[in-house]
Amino acid sequence: MDKTYLYYPGCTLKTKAKELDAYALQSMEMLGIPCKELDEWQCCGAVYPQATDEIATRLSAARALEEARQKDCDLLTLCSACHHVMKRVNHDIASDADIRMKVNNYSEFETPYAGETKVVHFLEMLRDTIGFAELKKRVLNPLTGRKIGAYYGCLLLRPSNVMQFDDPENPYIMEEFLHAIGAEPVLYSYRNECCGGYVALDDPALVQKVCTKVLHSAEQKGAEVLVTACPLCKYNLTKHDSGDVPTYYFTELLAEALGVKE
Amino acid sequence: MLVCWCGSNIAGTVDINTVVEASKREPGVVYATDYQYMCAEGGQAMVRRAIEEHSLTGIVVSACSPRMHETTFRKAAAAAGLNPYMVEIANIREHCSWVHKDKEVGTEKAVVLMRAAIAKLNLNTPLFPGESGVIKRALVIGGGIAGIQTALDIADAGYEVDIVEKSPTIGGTMAQLDKTFPTLDCAACILTPKMVDAAQHDKITLYTYSEVDEVSGFVGNFSVKIRQKARCINSKLCNGCGDCIEKCPAKKAKSEFDEGLANRKAIYVPFAQAVPNVPVIDQTQCLKFKTGKCGLCEKVCLPKAINFEQQDEIIEKEYGVIIAATGFRPLSPERYGEYGYGQLPDVITSLEFERLMNAAGPTGGALLRRSNGEKPKSIVFIQCVGSRAEPDKGKSYCSKICCMYTAKHAMLVRDKYPNIDVSVFYIDVRTPGKNFDEFYRRAVEQYGVNYIKGMVGKIAEEDGRLRVQGSDLIEDTQIFVDADLVVLATAVEAQASARPLGTMLTASMDQNNFFSESHAKLRPVESPTAGIFLSGVCQGPKDIPETVAQAGAAAVKALGILSKDKLIGNPCIAGPDELLCNGCASCEKVCPYGAITYADKEINDHGHRTTRHVAEINEAICQGCGACTVTCPSGAMDLKGFTNRQIMAEVDAICR
Repeated sequence: MDKTYLYYPGCTLKTKAKELDAYALQSMEMLGIPCKELDEWQCCGAVYPQATDEIATRLSAARALEEARQKDCDLLTLCSACHHVMKRVNHDIASDADIRMKVNNYSEFETPYAGETKVVHFLEMLRDTIGFAELKKRVLNPLTGRKIGAYYGCLLLRPSNVMQFDDPENPYIMEEFLHAIGAEPVLYSYRNECCGGYVALDDPALVQKVCTKVLHSAEQKGAEVLVTACPLCKYNLTKHDSGDVPTYYFTELLAEALGVKE
Repeated sequence: MLVCWCGSNIAGTVDINTVVEASKREPGVVYATDYQYMCAEGGQAMVRRAIEEHSLTGIVVSACSPRMHETTFRKAAAAAGLNPYMVEIANIREHCSWVHKDKEVGTEKAVVLMRAAIAKLNLNTPLFPGESGVIKRALVIGGGIAGIQTALDIADAGYEVDIVEKSPTIGGTMAQLDKTFPTLDCAACILTPKMVDAAQHDKITLYTYSEVDEVSGFVGNFSVKIRQKARCINSKLCNGCGDCIEKCPAKKAKSEFDEGLANRKAIYVPFAQAVPNVPVIDQTQCLKFKTGKCGLCEKVCLPKAINFEQQDEIIEKEYGVIIAATGFRPLSPERYGEYGYGQLPDVITSLEFERLMNAAGPTGGALLRRSNGEKPKSIVFIQCVGSRAEPDKGKSYCSKICCMYTAKHAMLVRDKYPNIDVSVFYIDVRTPGKNFDEFYRRAVEQYGVNYIKGMVGKIAEEDGRLRVQGSDLIEDTQIFVDADLVVLATAVEAQASARPLGTMLTASMDQNNFFSESHAKLRPVESPTAGIFLSGVCQGPKDIPETVAQAGAAAVKALGILSKDKLIGNPCIAGPDELLCNGCASCEKVCPYGAITYADKEINDHGHRTTRHVAEINEAICQGCGACTVTCPSGAMDLKGFTNRQIMAEVDAICR
């Protein structure tokens, strides 16, 4: 690998979701992916601002993106929410002249930033830089016989024309990942439905309803566990599972398969 | 100069007298007059008289569009002994009087247009069309209902027809259908007699399991290479007993005819009434081809018709006309992940549904769920799957037949199984056709089909059933319908083989790979390429009655050529000045008809003889579009009747 990734962990990965971060770093070291954590990163903003004239909440993402351009690195993300915010803010700056002008006026970068940085999610890195075929060869403890349901949630997939992650209606990248680490992916209908997200604060009953639907659908298809890339999805699902179908971060299973899980 | 009033159509906004008087001052004009209706018999007589009395060498008619009456005035000129290509039309109606309200402005423009036409006429030369012979045989490509009908109509008129069909039998998509709207006739009952008629007609030759490999030539003189794929059966010896099929141990292939819902043997006839009733060996499935062992069919075949050594055969034949009748395929709904087709076994397409309802289908006509073989309690139909869609997912057009076949499906279900609940999601219900809306209303009013205006966002599997999530636009709510079977009304899509065939025929295609007609209203069954005709859905979505009507129309147009001994060409065609041609071949690339070839020729350039690579025009193929003349960088290519000099003279006259 010639290019070093600049890694953007985000707040949750240093607090609530430490294992998502830790297992990812261990696995990358094992796989020999050159990677450096971004200096002095700030919160991505956590929620992508839908208002087109909202500038302030886009600035910290813009700062991380500009930093990656300066270092001539791709920006590597792991948390679904951070990835979503980074990717969309980057797209805004690249495609909307008004937002681009305002972001640059506020930030006063030495060279104006116009969306040059490539934002790469950890799963995309596994697929495109290492390749799932190669990953399969590096697996020491294949998770043979483990029936695992991939839970995408919505932030990685939509809006699909901006995220360009996978088919939003019938995604397959996580299933390919599960194949590579030797597990048996379980396809179930609600794997790309929203977990309820931040509505948990406002209307917990609604979140319980949608999470139960997701868990029930996975369980019926024979999933023993779910994997996700999103701390919020994990929080919501874990809160509402009855212990039958626990949710893990996909990096934990990766570390286990690669034999680096401590 | 003959100026027409067209009643008040022209005279209302153009001062006719000013135009007549102005024309008299133009170079070459010896006589000018006007008349109320120049196209009427009196006007035409006036044209003839003017030519004769004044010994005119050319005439300009200032009147309506040349698309309207150019032919009329050319005929009148010819009757008076003038070369018909010495007639020019100045369009002072569509291009002038109809678009202007101010008489002064209209008159000024009419004068300018008249001047341009005179400038062009001064450079006209008499043109003489060429002649070519006609081979009295037609080729029909595609053996569905469209191709069969066209072939029968041509054959009944007494001309030979060959049908080339890529699958082992004729019949096409219609043979797969159960019932037909709006009369609910059984599709096979009305189609199979026509298939037999085609097979038994002494003027029709069937080439099934065959494809067109190569086409060359031009109207009246096409030469075609047909690849008859190896059936591995000697068709002349086979008696169609079917013993070979019974004994064949390889039974895992998916039946194309049953849309993959049932298996077939490696040696097979697609369905019981196939024409011809001669099996085919699928070499990808046959154990003899895969392992070298088996040959059971060969052992049981009494007439010794099995021939594993058989090779593809190339048949070369000549035709006067070619009719494209390649039909369609239903679009595959795999790009619509939200419907789960391919993952959820109880989500099927409409054509699959036809097979499930068909008494000769994989379930013997019993409507059963694909997942567990049980009878469904609730069925949801979804219309416009891939039709009227975003371009990245489906087709922008309306597939035209889905509203009606979905109403048919819904009605048939309710008729046969009154306990099954049936819902239909639709964007609009479109039923323009004889007895069509009455049919749809029967589905709603008499059969109690629940029509929901709205689209479906997701189909999820829940507790062994399908949960259909959609919008109800009339109630303005999100709704959920539980179903045991979901049927997707998939869009009509051109065959994948249509575009390559279009290239072979040099017939133009639209952006959806349907064959383009020559004129959307007035020449709907003719391709812009002379001698190529269009039959059925290959030109655009159609139902069966429309397909049959168009098939007949294509036959009549084809007969118009077949019945002639000689074809008179259009003399307004391109030709190169060989001294100027630099051999760059730009014209060959832009020619949409394949009329231009390059050859080494000996050129006599003022006594200096050299061999050069220069363009050649096939005059029978050239349609005179002029694409080559504007492409040619050295100005060597010119279009007779529209030479570069003539067009520049028109521009000069307008700018004067």
